Amino acid sequence: MDSRLPSDLRDGVRDTLPLLLGIVPFALVAGVAGVEAGLTPLQTVGLSVVVFAGASQLAAIELLGDDAALGVVVLTVVVINLRMLMYSASIAPYFRHLSTRVRAGCAYVLTDQAYALALARYAGDGADADLDADGGTRRPYYYLGVAVTLWVVWQAGTVTGVVFGAAVPESWQLGFAVPLVFLALLVPAVSDGASLVAAVTGAGVAVLGAGLPFNAGLILGAVVGVGGGLLAERRGLTDRGSGAEEGHR
Amino acid sequence: MTTTYGPLSIWAVIVAGGLATFAIRLSFIHLFGRVDEVPPWLERALVYVPAAVLAALVAPSFAPASATVSAVLTPELLGGLAAVLAAWYTEDVLWTVAAGMAGLHLARFLL
Repeated sequence: MDSRLPSDLRDGVRDTLPLLLGIVPFALVAGVAGVEAGLTPLQTVGLSVVVFAGASQLAAIELLGDDAALGVVVLTVVVINLRMLMYSASIAPYFRHLSTRVRAGCAYVLTDQAYALALARYAGDGADADLDADGGTRRPYYYLGVAVTLWVVWQAGTVTGVVFGAAVPESWQLGFAVPLVFLALLVPAVSDGASLVAAVTGAGVAVLGAGLPFNAGLILGAVVGVGGGLLAERRGLTDRGSGAEEGHR
Repeated sequence: MTTTYGPLSIWAVIVAGGLATFAIRLSFIHLFGRVDEVPPWLERALVYVPAAVLAALVAPSFAPASATVSAVLTPELLGGLAAVLAAWYTEDVLWTVAAGMAGLHLARFLL
């Protein structure tokens, strides 16, 4: 089955290419913003290599630039990346047969995009063939084709952003790209009434609490926002709560 | 806007944030078989985390310092509005950032 190995890998790389239009500017911003917030080039690239999760990197950069409490910076990174718990649980069956070391490598490069593409392909393959063909050994090649491509492009984009950001005059205000990227992620995340309530509550509490010590406004905003979303869901302000789902709850 | 933290503090944040993120990513991939699923209550709460956290992160950057009309109409707010419109229509990071930066600089030039 050697011939399957490169073709799965190649498919993964090919399917990733259209996504790069969104990834490259995001990575450039991560590089530029790091330098603008006063991180050294090495620290900015180190953040990309060690954490490798865009939105949480930008949040860390923004909060460090504002001299936020260090614990709050780490906590924010954790909260933003908590969604990966769901990805990890959902993709775990496909990595079951792999060695501990390979699974650790697969986990390190787990991103929104790699999860979404790989799961779409695996789920389309037919359930049993998925897990057991060849003892499952060729499973990760498609995933790694996607995930490693994203990793390489992300690091290259961050390095380019660092170099570019250091050369650009202050008056261009490139640091403003950070909240803009958050807006680009926020708008699609507001998909129904309940998530709108979560966003509005989170924003309102964060603004009111902006002066509190230890960035309590941000943490309170996140917690109250999630609570608001759950409450709104319970009151029927979502598509998820109605119809088929309601039946088996 | 620029951090006053020293290199040790910044590296500590990078390493701690990276280890925690890796632990989240590895959690179920490693534990599968012992823990089958994300608990339902956690999964439901996680649905609202992106909207709540991103909104809480972004809102103070656009909130006006005072409530008078001239103070509200800042270049940042106008750039942000342009970005929201672009995000709404394109759902694309590139166009959103481009629209926001264009809006910011146009507003700085005009206001």
